[in-house]
Amino acid sequence: MSANSLAYSEQSGAEAAVELGQETTPTSSAGGAAFGLFSTDFKKNEDLKEMLESTKESLKLEAMKRVVGLIARGKNASELFPAVVKNVASKNIELKKLVYVYLVRYAEEQQDLALLSISTFQRALKDPNQLIRASALRVLSSIRVPIIVPIMMLAIKEAATDLSPYVRKTAAHAIQKLYSLDPDQKEHLVEVIEKLLKDKSTLVAGSVVMAFEEVCPERIDLIHKNYRKLCNLLMDVEEWGQVVIINMLTRYARTQFVSPWRQDGVFEENSEKAFYDSDEEKKEGAAQTKPYVMDPDHRLLLRNTKPLLQSRNTAVVMSVAQLYWHLAPKHEVSVVTKSLVRLLRSHREVQYVVLQNIATMSIQRKGMFEPFMKSFYVRSTDATHIKTLKLEILTNLANEANISTILREFQTYVKSQDKAFAAATIQAIGRCATNISEITDACLNGLVLLLSNRDETVVAESVVVIKKLLQTQPSQHSDIIKHMAKLRVPVPMARASILWLIGEYCEHVPRIAPDVLRKMAKTFTSEEDIVKLQTVNLAAKLYLTNSKQTKLLTQYILNLGKYDQNYDIRDRTRFIRQLIVPNEKSGALSKYARRILLAPKPAPVLQSAFKDRDRFQLGTLSHTLNSKATGYLELSDWPDVAPDQSVRNVEVVEAVRINTRSDCYYKKRLCSHSYLVFCSRSDEGQKNGRLEKSGSGSGSASASSEESSSAESSSESGSDSDSGTDQKRNTKPKPIKKVRDVIHVVHCFCLSRLFPVQVSSPVFVPVRPHELLHRMTGKGLAAQYHFPRQPCIYGDHMVSVQLTFNNHGDHALEDIHISEKTSTGQSIHCFRPIGESGSAAVLGRTCSKTERFSVSIQPAVGELLLPVTMTEQDFSREQGKLVGMNESSATITMAPETVSSQPVSKKVVSVANVGVVPSGQDNVHRFAAKLVSSGTLVLVCVVQKDSSAQLTVNTERTVVGSMLLRELQTALSSAP
Amino acid sequence: MIHSLFLVNATGDIFLEKHWKSVVSRSVCDYFFEAQERATEPENIPPVIPTPHHYLISVLRHRIYFVAVIQSEVPPLFVIEFLHRVVDTFQDYFGVCTEAAIKDNVVVVYELLEEMLDNGFPLATESNILKELIKPPTILRTVVNTITGSTNVGEQLPTGQLSVVPWRRTGVKYTNNEAYFDVVEEIDAIIDKSGSTITAEIQGVIDACVKLTGMPDLTLSFMNPRLLDDVSFHPCVRFKRWEAERILSFIPPDGNFRLLSYHVSSQNLVAIPVYVKHNITFREGSSQGRFDLTLGPKQTMGKAVESVLVSSQLPRGVLNTSLNPSQGTYTFDPVTKLLSWDVGKINPQKLPSLKGTMSLQAGASKPDENPTINIQFKIQQLAISGLKVNRLDMYGEKYKPFKGIKYMTKAGKFQVRT
Repeated sequence: MSANSLAYSEQSGAEAAVELGQETTPTSSAGGAAFGLFSTDFKKNEDLKEMLESTKESLKLEAMKRVVGLIARGKNASELFPAVVKNVASKNIELKKLVYVYLVRYAEEQQDLALLSISTFQRALKDPNQLIRASALRVLSSIRVPIIVPIMMLAIKEAATDLSPYVRKTAAHAIQKLYSLDPDQKEHLVEVIEKLLKDKSTLVAGSVVMAFEEVCPERIDLIHKNYRKLCNLLMDVEEWGQVVIINMLTRYARTQFVSPWRQDGVFEENSEKAFYDSDEEKKEGAAQTKPYVMDPDHRLLLRNTKPLLQSRNTAVVMSVAQLYWHLAPKHEVSVVTKSLVRLLRSHREVQYVVLQNIATMSIQRKGMFEPFMKSFYVRSTDATHIKTLKLEILTNLANEANISTILREFQTYVKSQDKAFAAATIQAIGRCATNISEITDACLNGLVLLLSNRDETVVAESVVVIKKLLQTQPSQHSDIIKHMAKLRVPVPMARASILWLIGEYCEHVPRIAPDVLRKMAKTFTSEEDIVKLQTVNLAAKLYLTNSKQTKLLTQYILNLGKYDQNYDIRDRTRFIRQLIVPNEKSGALSKYARRILLAPKPAPVLQSAFKDRDRFQLGTLSHTLNSKATGYLELSDWPDVAPDQSVRNVEVVEAVRINTRSDCYYKKRLCSHSYLVFCSRSDEGQKNGRLEKSGSGSGSASASSEESSSAESSSESGSDSDSGTDQKRNTKPKPIKKVRDVIHVVHCFCLSRLFPVQVSSPVFVPVRPHELLHRMTGKGLAAQYHFPRQPCIYGDHMVSVQLTFNNHGDHALEDIHISEKTSTGQSIHCFRPIGESGSAAVLGRTCSKTERFSVSIQPAVGELLLPVTMTEQDFSREQGKLVGMNESSATITMAPETVSSQPVSKKVVSVANVGVVPSGQDNVHRFAAKLVSSGTLVLVCVVQKDSSAQLTVNTERTVVGSMLLRELQTALSSAP
Repeated sequence: MIHSLFLVNATGDIFLEKHWKSVVSRSVCDYFFEAQERATEPENIPPVIPTPHHYLISVLRHRIYFVAVIQSEVPPLFVIEFLHRVVDTFQDYFGVCTEAAIKDNVVVVYELLEEMLDNGFPLATESNILKELIKPPTILRTVVNTITGSTNVGEQLPTGQLSVVPWRRTGVKYTNNEAYFDVVEEIDAIIDKSGSTITAEIQGVIDACVKLTGMPDLTLSFMNPRLLDDVSFHPCVRFKRWEAERILSFIPPDGNFRLLSYHVSSQNLVAIPVYVKHNITFREGSSQGRFDLTLGPKQTMGKAVESVLVSSQLPRGVLNTSLNPSQGTYTFDPVTKLLSWDVGKINPQKLPSLKGTMSLQAGASKPDENPTINIQFKIQQLAISGLKVNRLDMYGEKYKPFKGIKYMTKAGKFQVRT
């Protein structure tokens, strides 16, 4: 050994160089490196140390890379600790990162030395670069050295209030690490969690909820105030965070809301009826017994999680599915079906978990998956555990209607080359046969046919299943028993089953039974234990029923059993002898021997292995393993009485609002070109919020340009859901006036911002109707709309839209109405269904008696304005306030006819509902208006110079401004 | 959450380990090896294995087991999905995800794993962000790095991490602005003995390769969006807009990504593009079996069926085969009993066939079941469901991008029972 190392030390220089060369090319063979490792572990570390201590950065980096290679292979590199830790303050980012990797791995073993690095991290925590702050906190908290707990605590507290959400996210992760290092810090950590839970950033939400789950899952009270915020943020949180939040909210909801299932009745859970009943009926029924009103917060959770079923992340889909399963009213659960079935296309491991969950669900709710039965058909390429799970589900789904299809499918499986699977199929057939009495006979016959199969596992399994089936049936199948008696199956379990059957029903096969016993007596000594036991049983039973023929045989078998090697068999033999053979010593029992041995036995119940899995929350590890995993949090039962709902109300703090607004300003700037900003006020706010945030920009805006006007309002309500929901409640539908063939439909937006200007009456312009529904597409029903520019009678913030309907068809149309669902989420003041009329009305999605049309109104931005009057001075003053970003302008070439003043204002008012501001100069035209929805001022100014003109639009709403500018531009530059 | 990760190769060697919390001894993998021994096929290892103190959740891809060690309750899909994401990332970085590639790039792998998880909780899994943090190794960069001593670790916090568009990095620049979309549909079907369809469904994906400068905002609309029954989106797609108008509106990530995967509603009848005439018989007593297979096109909308590959797991009793393909080549592995026939393109005038005999073990009884035939094929320029992209528009940027859309139909799990 020493000679060896000597030899190596001579070569060490050259070898190091070779090694270096190898490592720098990515194609270096791993084998070579491994060889080097085994032979010169010690030596190599020596030269690594040298390299780490050298002054050259590249050498250090090279050394660190090799060290990381060692760690990755699980080799010990701890002795390099002093050399490595020196480099912790390096300027080179990659080197630094590798040192961090090393530190985190070995700090626990070398606690004293690790302390050397702490000051570096403390300094880095104050760095102006958020990336450096975050990574310092990450490493600091990953070093598992108990002495630095106070330092970590301090760092976490500080980072929790950091301006950068990225650093706050890291702080949330650090909380868990500190907790696992020192659980005594819990109290302080909970405080930090409480603070971070209030955080509005989507980046932080997932991580802090994770910390909450790990540190204080019992402190459900911390969630109350953040519940609505979390629901609303959910869509925008990164996918991993979504999973954690959804799981936590499932638990939360089970403690805070009353059961939505009560109306279904306790015992109806299994019934198909509850599922197929239409919603209306159910509602009626519920109304009669006990009105159940779902808490709006409960509804909020269900609504906000639903779109996540479309996530590409299978874990997210599964968590939403389990949320619906555990929280949604029974008739709503089925929305998850399709998505779950979709997951079956994913990787094998995903299939495995999803199938398990479907298996549990399908026991309780056949109806959910029945339409997708074919998705569970087994393919020969599936792995065995996947096949078995699919079989399980198919068996669960079987009912009278589909059993013939399923059995036909099973017939193919029985022939499968995978014999374990074939055996499982036979069991499945058995289960189907017991559950559905109509097919029992058919199944039994089929199974009997299988008895002639060549494969012994198949035969054995068939015998076992037939035995169970016969037991459930009144014993009228003596021919089957006869048939089985003739079988020669080598599989012990099957032989035992046959013997038991013959013994049990020996009265039905009086001639064969003694013969079987005779044969068994012959081979008794060479049988398996289980078969011997059943032979003894058979002998005893026959002795009691037919002692004349079998007395001697029984004696013989009992004698053989008496000297068997297995004590069970000896025991059983002794017991049976005492029981059945009367002698002076036998006690009172022998009188009852017949009743003991030939008692009618209850049939076994064949049931799913997933029967009791529903005690675990779906989608959890515990559910998959069917045993309680460490750290499993029980899902509580619904409370009988709902806890106080008001705990979730959040007082709106002004400061918060400012925050959101600046946020939203940021978002807008990011996509300042966007024209189309979806919005809505209340419930839908969050989903739209997502759209808005990612900054869409589409000119093909249909039905949505007007919403841009309330974009800001929506983001306010979106991020602060309470005011949103409240607003929603306030806007109850009001009755609608019906004016012959003309019906007012009103879009409304509530958000008041008062503006000190006088609203003037609109300038009259000719009506410009727009097509809503063409008579060809509408099957005879045609609809047009125009904006009458009348103040709306239903609300100050609504725009009137006048719809005109004409019936071009040759039959009367009845009951035309707008279905409530509007696609874009803005609220529409619906009109009453129009009874019978020669012509009638539509919007949103329209149903006529049998037809339903989707239509959309596309309002020009100019129609969303309300004209106001003001003086020229006021105009210039307001204009002065609205400069910079709020101003959009363009130069246009005007058609020669429009050069005179008259057509200019005419054209402007025809496009936009603006009021003319009296102007001193001839070549300057000013117009003023405010947005109907929010009251924001919109100022238009046209300055004419010969054939060209300068067009300026000033408004706080830049989006509206730019759209209006564009429309005016086209209007003015075109010939009249 | 995820405590440690072990990478195990097919021979059962641990060749990489990474711990995010305190170190877990690699002996924990013994439970996994036990399960590996018990399983007859590599696929049969249960994905979740309980051990006395830990739980092992494993994923098998590219003949490498990714074994995650879990200490407490966590949704198993969470871990499985994450492990698959790790594999996808490796594949993205190194082109392939093999033992050799991982060993060669062990430092990058380590850096990646370090960024992807913090304390076992996923931190950055979006490929766009990771690529900003850690530059993928290329030959050029390796050369430059060795000369200049520069690193492949990014110095800035990826903007995506903080921006409202977390999947896209900022400051993207291309001289050629291109956006390509591949509509790929797969037919999953089970055809029974008589040639009638037992179950058939179409699953499709739209994979995109978008190389556009700046922050483009794309909308993609379909001629017949009603076909799409169940969809799942890349997070970039605005769900609301889809709900309302059936238009895909999104700010795309940079590079390759899967925009959409969908399922075509089951009401629509699925056109089956190929048919199989088969006659596979074993006679009792004789040691010969007949094998006769003919393929033909059916409902292909006039397009050619290409890259046809037929494979079948013959019964264990078959010793060897002597078959004669009219075109293409066939192989039979006497050990695994796997027959595969690379047909190539189907010529409707001259249908490809594979005929001959199989020799059986002498004296063995005839197999109960006829083998299942798996077929793979490709049809270019056809989406079998009839899905058509109507138009692609770009907003937010001034240049005119080059747009391309390709359709393809493939066989998914396409099985014919005989």
